[in-house]
Amino acid sequence: MLIKNSPAWALPENDVTPEAIYLNRRSFMVSALAASAGVALPGLLAAASVPGKELPSMSRPEMSTSEKLTPYEDVVRYNNFYEFGTGKDDPARYAGEMSVSPWTVKVDGACGRPGTYNLEDLLQPSQYEERIYRLRCVEAWSMVIPWVGVPLAGLLKRFEPASSARYVYFETLHDPEQMRGQRSLFSTIDWPYREGLRVDEAMNELAFLAVGLYGRELPNQNGAPLRLVVPWKYGFKSIKSIVRIRFQEERPKTTWELIAPQEYGFYANVNPEVDHPRWSQKRERRLPSGLLSPNWRETVKFNGYGEQVSHLYKGMDLEKFY
Amino acid sequence: MGMAGAVLNRPRAVRAFKVLVAFMAFLPLAILLSRLVGSGLGPDPGQQITESLGIAAFQLLLATLALTPLKRWTGWVGWLRVRRMLGLFTFFYAVLHLLAFLQFILGWGDVWATFTKRPYIIAGFLAFVLLIPLAVTSTNSMMRRLGRRWKTLHRSVYVIVLLAWVHFFWQARSDIGEMLAYGVVVLVLLVVRVRWSRLLRAGRRGAPSA
Ligand code: HEM
Repeated sequence: MLIKNSPAWALPENDVTPEAIYLNRRSFMVSALAASAGVALPGLLAAASVPGKELPSMSRPEMSTSEKLTPYEDVVRYNNFYEFGTGKDDPARYAGEMSVSPWTVKVDGACGRPGTYNLEDLLQPSQYEERIYRLRCVEAWSMVIPWVGVPLAGLLKRFEPASSARYVYFETLHDPEQMRGQRSLFSTIDWPYREGLRVDEAMNELAFLAVGLYGRELPNQNGAPLRLVVPWKYGFKSIKSIVRIRFQEERPKTTWELIAPQEYGFYANVNPEVDHPRWSQKRERRLPSGLLSPNWRETVKFNGYGEQVSHLYKGMDLEKFY
Repeated sequence: MGMAGAVLNRPRAVRAFKVLVAFMAFLPLAILLSRLVGSGLGPDPGQQITESLGIAAFQLLLATLALTPLKRWTGWVGWLRVRRMLGLFTFFYAVLHLLAFLQFILGWGDVWATFTKRPYIIAGFLAFVLLIPLAVTSTNSMMRRLGRRWKTLHRSVYVIVLLAWVHFFWQARSDIGEMLAYGVVVLVLLVVRVRWSRLLRAGRRGAPSA
C-alpha cells in the first residue's frame, strides 16, 4: 500500500485540541503535552470519563487528517439515524433501546464463504486501526471523527468474493421493537436501511468498517457495533449497525435512492459542483459551528480524498451518476 | 354564557387575556434565547434557530386562524381581540426565520439560486411575501381606508397557510407524521370556514325576504 508522509488530502489544519491529545493514549505524552502547551485539562478529564470499552488500536496518521476534531459530545449527540427518529438528538436519546450483543452478520451472495457470523469471529482486535476522517453530510454540515476499526477490503476478502460480484450490498438491523423510528406509521423508508458500493469502491483503502470512535466502542447512536465509513461520500452511504453483507452482480437499490431518486443517487460522492435540490453543496458548516463565527468551509470534491478515489470514477459523468 | 361569561367579558378580563397571549407568543423566542445562552442548541445552532423560528411562525399562523372558529363556537369576543396581535407575531417570527436562514444557513451566498430553484424555499418565500401586505394593512386606519377590500385582501391568509404547509411538507426527508398532523389542523381550520360560508348563504336564501 502506498504510504506517504503528508498526502494532499490530509488538509493541514489548526491547533491541537484536548480531544486530539486524548487520542494519544500514551498517557505520559498527554501530561507532558498538557503541561507544555497549557492545554485545558477539563476537556481531557471529560473525555476520559466517556462510556464504552476502550479499544486499543494502531494509529494511522498517513490515513488521517490533522484537522481539528469535532468534540466527542457533538459526535455522539448530533446524529442522523432515522431508525431512532428524525431529530438530530433522537438517536442519542433512544439508541440505548437497541441491544448490540450478541450480534451476527449474515454474509451471502456471490462469495465463497457465505454464512452467519458472530461479530467477534469477524474482528481481530489486535488489528484495529485508528483513522481520522472528515464526515460530510448531504445536509451541508461536516465533522472530523477519529474512528477505530478495520479496512473494509480486508474483511470482504475473507468471504472470498466471486469474480462475478460487482457490488456489495449492506443492510442495517430491522427490529421495530428496539428501533422506535421503524415503528413510525408515517415513515416513507422501506426498512431495513440499505446501502451499497461498487466492489472496487469497497476495496479502496479508504473504505473502513468502524467499531469505535475516540478510542472506545461505538455508542449505539453512531452505528454500533459495526458501521461503514466511506469518507469521500455523503454520510448516508456510511451505513450503521450492519447485519448483512451481500455480494451481487446487479447494482443494489439504496434506501435514499428508493425514496427520492431525483435527490439521492447510488454514488453520492461529495461534490460541490453537483447541486442537490434542497441544499447547496458548495459549502459546509464544520461542526461545531458558532452563531457569531460560523465555521464555513468550501466543500472539496470527494471530500478532499480525490487523490485516493478519483480514479474510480474516471470517464464517468458525475452530474449523471450523482 | 352566564356568570362566567359576564366576568370574561369585562374589559379587564379581555386585557388580561391579551397579556397572557402576548406572553405565550413570546415564549418560543424566550425558549430559544435561553437555549442559546445555556448552549443547549447543539453544535449547529444556526440550523436549530432557523428551524425553531419556522415552526413558531407556522404555529402562530395556525393559532391566528383558530381564533374566528373559537369565537363562533364559544361566542366569546376575547378571541378576536388577540387576532391582529397573533397575526403580527406570525409575521415577526417569519421575518426572524427568513433572516436566520439567510444568515446561518445560506451565509448570504447563492441567494438568487436558492430562492428561484429550490421548491420548498419558493413555497416558503411566497408565503412570506403574501404575509407582508397583511402586516402592512393591519392598522385601524388601513382597515378603515380599505373598507370591504380589507376583508378580501386578508382572505389571502388561506393561501398563505397552504403555502406554509407545503413549505413544511416538502422538507420531509422520510417521516411525514408531523407534517400530516399539522396538515389535519390546517384542513380543519379551512373546512369549518367553508361550512360556515355555505350555512350563511343557505341561511340568507332561506330567510323570508322582507
Ligand atoms: C421567507 C422565506 C422562507 C425561507 C427562505 C424559509 C426557509 C426555511 C428553511 C431553510 C427551513 C429548514 C430549516 C432547517 O431545518 O434547516 C425552514 C423550515 C420551516 N419553515 Fe421556513 N422559510 C421561509 C418562510 C416560512 C414561512 C412564512 C413559514 C410559516 C409561516 C415557514 C415555516 C417553516 C416551518 C414550519 C419549518 C419547519 C421547521 C421544522 O422542521 O420543524 N417558513 N424554512
